[in-house]
Amino acid sequence: MREELAQWDFVILAYAVGLIALAGLSIWAWRAMVRAEAKRDATRRR
Amino acid sequence: MHIYANPTRFLALAKWLMPLLFWCGLALSLGAIAWGLFVVPPDRLMGETVRILFIHVPAAWLGMGGWTGIAISSAMLLIWKHPLAALAARAIALPGMVFCAICLATGSIWGRPTWGTWWEWDGRLTSMLVLLFLYAGYIALTQAASREGTTPKIAAIFGLVGAINVPIINRSVVWWNSLHQPPSITMGKSAIDPAFLWPLMVAVLGFSLLFGGIVLMRMRALIAESQVEARLRRRALDDDAPLGAAAAMERA
Repeated sequence: MREELAQWDFVILAYAVGLIALAGLSIWAWRAMVRAEAKRDATRRR
Repeated sequence: MHIYANPTRFLALAKWLMPLLFWCGLALSLGAIAWGLFVVPPDRLMGETVRILFIHVPAAWLGMGGWTGIAISSAMLLIWKHPLAALAARAIALPGMVFCAICLATGSIWGRPTWGTWWEWDGRLTSMLVLLFLYAGYIALTQAASREGTTPKIAAIFGLVGAINVPIINRSVVWWNSLHQPPSITMGKSAIDPAFLWPLMVAVLGFSLLFGGIVLMRMRALIAESQVEARLRRRALDDDAPLGAAAAMERA
């Protein structure tokens, strides 16, 4: 017997996982860069 | 390539290239996703689940491409001792690992409705999982080298040796029996219908640009961190210098 699955649920789940991971990575990389460059500029001024 | 051995020159390039890559990549990726989700017709065999293709394939490409980048940077570090090569490899590692994890997760989600299973220990899936573990090992090695303040030579050798896994992943569906389909795109040939191929190409280009933008963000952060460290070390040496001179005079 073939199991009937709601295909769109899997599509939405796949995109949700992928996009959340990418958004998390982008925000983390951006914040880390801004923080590190601000620290460097503060060290230069001191 | 040696022109960019100077971090100041590299930063001047990265400052305008990073936002350009990131925003163009984001626009193209979102456009390709919308195209794949709302325009592309369902596949004759896979139905609606074929739409997972437009996130799964770019993630797989960048998971493998990321390690290829690590291997090239590692070779540049070991052969030419290029000062930015170690930083580039370190910057690639985490985004590469995230894309590799996205590939595994979306592949597993795709596998359930099409194969009837979330996971299968076959050549393609297992070699991709090995790549994820290689990324984790590489990140641990570079962090250890960074903590000790040494050149990550062991990590570079690991990066080169680990590159053996990339062609294994690529050929796994040819060498071993697998639930995973054989390669649909080979040199100059494609078995994919143009209705799926074009949005896929745009998605691969978009995610690649996004990956490049994120790697440049990581490189800028790592360069800034190393500059802070170098400045603090120099300041500490300057502060110690008069004391050292006084002690030498006392001894004399």
